[in-house]
Amino acid sequence: MDLAIDVEGLHKTWPPEVHAVRGLDLAVQSGECFGLLGPNGAGKTTTIEILEGLVTPSAGRVRVLGRDWAHDADAIRQRIGITLQHTYLSERLTVAEILAMFQSFYHSARAVDEVLAQVSLHEKRDSWFDRLSGGQKQRVAVACALVGDPELLFLDEPTTGLDPQSRRQLWDVIADFKARGRTVLLTTHYMDEAERLCDRVAIVDHGQVIALGRPRDLIAEHVGGIVLNLTTDQPVAIERLQAVATASRTRVDGCQAHLTVENLAAAVPSLLTELGQAGIVLQEMQTHQPTLEDVFVTLTGRHLRD
Amino acid sequence: MALRDSPLWHLTMARLRSWLREPEVLFWSFGFPILLTIALGVAFRNRPPEAVTVLVEAGSGAESVAKALANDKQLTVLTVDHREAARQLRAGLAALSVDPGPPLTVRHDPTRPEARLAKLLVDNAIERSQGRRDVAAIANQTVDEPGARYVDFLVPGLIGMNLMQSGMWGVGYAIVEMRSKRLLRRMIATPMRKSDFLLSFLIMRLVFLLVELPVVLGTARLLFDVRIQGSLVAFVAVAVAGALAFVGLGLLVASRAKTTQAASGLMNLVQMPMFVGSGVFFSIKNFPEVAQPVLRLLPLTALNDGLRAVQNEGADLLGVLPQLAVLGGIGVVTLVLAVRIFRWD
Repeated sequence: MDLAIDVEGLHKTWPPEVHAVRGLDLAVQSGECFGLLGPNGAGKTTTIEILEGLVTPSAGRVRVLGRDWAHDADAIRQRIGITLQHTYLSERLTVAEILAMFQSFYHSARAVDEVLAQVSLHEKRDSWFDRLSGGQKQRVAVACALVGDPELLFLDEPTTGLDPQSRRQLWDVIADFKARGRTVLLTTHYMDEAERLCDRVAIVDHGQVIALGRPRDLIAEHVGGIVLNLTTDQPVAIERLQAVATASRTRVDGCQAHLTVENLAAAVPSLLTELGQAGIVLQEMQTHQPTLEDVFVTLTGRHLRD
Repeated sequence: MALRDSPLWHLTMARLRSWLREPEVLFWSFGFPILLTIALGVAFRNRPPEAVTVLVEAGSGAESVAKALANDKQLTVLTVDHREAARQLRAGLAALSVDPGPPLTVRHDPTRPEARLAKLLVDNAIERSQGRRDVAAIANQTVDEPGARYVDFLVPGLIGMNLMQSGMWGVGYAIVEMRSKRLLRRMIATPMRKSDFLLSFLIMRLVFLLVELPVVLGTARLLFDVRIQGSLVAFVAVAVAGALAFVGLGLLVASRAKTTQAASGLMNLVQMPMFVGSGVFFSIKNFPEVAQPVLRLLPLTALNDGLRAVQNEGADLLGVLPQLAVLGGIGVVTLVLAVRIFRWD
């Protein structure tokens, strides 16, 4: 299968000495939806802006749709669509006017009304941009990215700050685009978004990819089982946690304790026995199916939105 | 590709629509120069000569003296008592006072021009009333030619100032706002040609000119009978060259500024010397001789001089060649420089 994006050894240093991207490798297949996941400052936006041709890398090899930004910038721009993290468009233009303007830049573009229907903004086609809600503005931004009929779509945190309904509407638009066999690269720090939309994700931290794969595989590989979060009246000795039936990935953090278990039915009685023997009172216990957030915590010891 | 599908068309329409949909921008573009023309045209209009006030002191013979003086329409005559006359003279409320005598006496301060004028008129009126005959017949002709009044000086200056302000703000501010809100960044991520984008600002300014010139000139013609004595082609050519120069300056000021505050500061820095030194409200001949060659190189001076030469002195295209050269030169140099150093994000 063709690679839509092929990156090797990417580095970007902002003056004076912010090393935003440190040796990042990435290979995105044509037709897949690929997610870059990571906390703020991980280098996601710098990476995506290098791929969009907006930022020049300090070192490394970048190929987008089989082409090179240094030689084929115009050809690449004709075939990609992008949204920036915050899109501001001319306040006093109508939605249809903005889209017609963007459409005029592309050799093969889609009809404005067709794209507006796709992002459910047909009723707002004659409204000024500054009269739209945040979710509607974001959908106009996505429409601007779609109107050039791109093969590859870049979305930088497309749903940050949106209400749940707007987020679901955007997810539908992205899923629809992908269903046409096109490629999507998105950044996000919402785990549910990544798990729902992305075929594969790369978890990025400190400018490097620290894990890569399908969301389900990453969870199975790095977390597995069921996650238990405990609150106790005094710190638990880690040996007690390790003694719990089917437990793994134990971690104690003050009066908070975390462990992953294979078999919840066997683990809970065994946990209560261990705590009882140590005279520790269990104040709170939560269980959940592991998410990509747990993968990140397991890999880095930090939460994504710290 | 049809014109209406071209990127340049869409970019230009976007500029024009954004401009026309801001009421306050419309006011500063059109309302303000018209109001300024009206206000200053009225304040500095050419008035008929005002009558001079003279006093006649009460007493015998006062009535016949007052009657003689009243025959001259250039005199306003008041009859008051001696003390009141002395007070009004001291206060400068009247130019002169006549004591009917005998002997008939005129009191005035000859260092005041108005008093000297009153003395001549009073002498003349009294001598005539007592039977003097004029020995020479002198015909009078009044001079009030359009082209020589203050409003004729003012209108080209206001057009020039407005071209500078709306040009620099309309281009510079709009671009810096687009940069600071990252719209420029979004635009260059598309296959849009950067030259189309910059060209759309120039076209927008020319369209603006097509609207502004008739509006301001029409108002001035209607209210003050301000006429263009020279060639209309030359007038428009100077205005277009001026618009070009200020688009260039606006782009240059906006080429690297990251915030609208920084751009505003820069723009005021560039405009301030021209407000004062380019002869908008008064002639640059008021400045010392040595400063004038420098002042003439300022784009607004060249623009004002060119517009005035055509409007008031009847110049043709050839006559404004120096101004066209200065404006065109500034326009080309600033545009090239601005495009070279332009920061797109």
